[in-house]
Amino acid sequence: MKDKIFRLLLMLSAALVLFICGGMVYSLVSGSLEAFGHFGFFKFITTAEWNPRPDQEEYGALSFIIGTLMTSFLALLFCIPFSISVALFTGEYFRGSKLSVIVSSVIELLAGIPSIVYGLWGFYALRPLMEQLNLSTQGFGILTASIVLAIMIIPYASSLSSEFISMVPKDLKEGAYSLGATRMEVIRHVILPNSGSGVFASYILALGRALGETMAVTMLIGNTENIPRSLSSTGNSMASIIANQFGESDGLKLSSLIAIGLLLFMITAVINFIGKLVISKFNKV
Amino acid sequence: MLHIDNPILEFKDVSVSYTPGKNAVNQVSASIERNKITAIMGPSGCGKSTLLRAVNRMHELYPDIRITGEILIDNQNILTMNPMEVRRIAGMVFQRPNPFPTMSIYENVIAGYSLNGIRLSKKEKDELVETNLKNVGLWDEVKDALLKKGTFLSGGQQQRLCIARALALKPEVLLMDEPTSALDPIATNRIEELLLELKKDYTIVIVTHNMGQAARISDYSMFMYLGQLVEYDETQVMFTNPADSRTEEYLSGQFG
Repeated sequence: MKDKIFRLLLMLSAALVLFICGGMVYSLVSGSLEAFGHFGFFKFITTAEWNPRPDQEEYGALSFIIGTLMTSFLALLFCIPFSISVALFTGEYFRGSKLSVIVSSVIELLAGIPSIVYGLWGFYALRPLMEQLNLSTQGFGILTASIVLAIMIIPYASSLSSEFISMVPKDLKEGAYSLGATRMEVIRHVILPNSGSGVFASYILALGRALGETMAVTMLIGNTENIPRSLSSTGNSMASIIANQFGESDGLKLSSLIAIGLLLFMITAVINFIGKLVISKFNKV
Repeated sequence: MLHIDNPILEFKDVSVSYTPGKNAVNQVSASIERNKITAIMGPSGCGKSTLLRAVNRMHELYPDIRITGEILIDNQNILTMNPMEVRRIAGMVFQRPNPFPTMSIYENVIAGYSLNGIRLSKKEKDELVETNLKNVGLWDEVKDALLKKGTFLSGGQQQRLCIARALALKPEVLLMDEPTSALDPIATNRIEELLLELKKDYTIVIVTHNMGQAARISDYSMFMYLGQLVEYDETQVMFTNPADSRTEEYLSGQFG
């Protein structure tokens, strides 16, 4: 009897999760219908116009899609050299040592810092530096946001890829060493090829996180409604435009913001799905 | 104990410790004869693998392991040489077959060269692959599948591939750490026959906990117990007339 009740409880909570997710998709879709109906789906994602004047309202998501993709991929690019070295440090060179435990826990700590704190740091420490270096007029922009984003996703990328690196069997490493390979050669020819897809998946998941990051980006990207033409120019990301404007919007504009939310949801879902797919393939081998 | 005139490999007071003050291998001295098979036997934990892994300096991959004494290959103390070079002149075959899963059969054979960044012409590579796969009797079985991954082979074939990989570097000594313990009897038999062939060109030191295997293939046998080399003699002599009572008890199956 108790067993049956417990079973029922479990099924209810599982159903609740599905229900919540379904409800979210439903409200996103129904909320964005007005915008998609008015502009057409294809035109909405290919227009960079963002004009809220009541008589000539026109909204398009292109500049924010570009802003999001630019900052996220740039962040990923910046994060790779750092996170791969950290992952090799904790997963191979100093595996199991005290030093590696310390470094791993500091990384976990970094992952736990709220994004508003990263935003503040970026605003008060990084932005003036970018200004002084003449990298952008007021220090805001794509580059500044990307750098902070990169720092935020390093912990995710490095701790996950470190796990895959440390999973490479000892047998294989010893086999390579027994043929006279140096540590660098073992890393290049044995460890990285054998943990490659796992490491790749770690980066995909880190990218998924960068795509949705809101607070730190909105504080640094400049919040202008144009397509960013260079690294130093300002722009806006999908998450950031929603956070900035939803409070004062209604009607078509609100629906357009919800449509951007739906698009963001779709992009991150696809990215996460690819990451998980690669990981499950990796685990099978 | 046994005297060997012109040894290829010599242990002089070799001790290995995993924790300070406790020797897993204690003061072992012995000489290994060229082009013979020398078996190291003993119960689990007696230090036989530890002694073998001291020869190609595998212990250095792990912190806290200390080696004292001298190990000479061709009168050169390998403990003072560059470890990468030592590992090229002392090849090793492991307990479980470990071909590189990301490499093809072909690439596995020449892995010793590619890992070390040694560039070879296509012709040199082809020759190395063919000769060494023929040496281990694998050529006819895989010559049409050279570009397939080595992990598709059976366990015994994989182990012979690993032997070919070690031989491709033309080592002075071939160290084998219980190479058949993960294989079925038929595959084991093939490897044993192979080793008898290979001793024409190579010196083989094989760790085994299979007494039958030592008796079948080795010319000389060592018996180790609790980190000490208890007895070292011609295999025939040791198996028929062991000098030490512990050897006799082990060989008659009273422990181990």
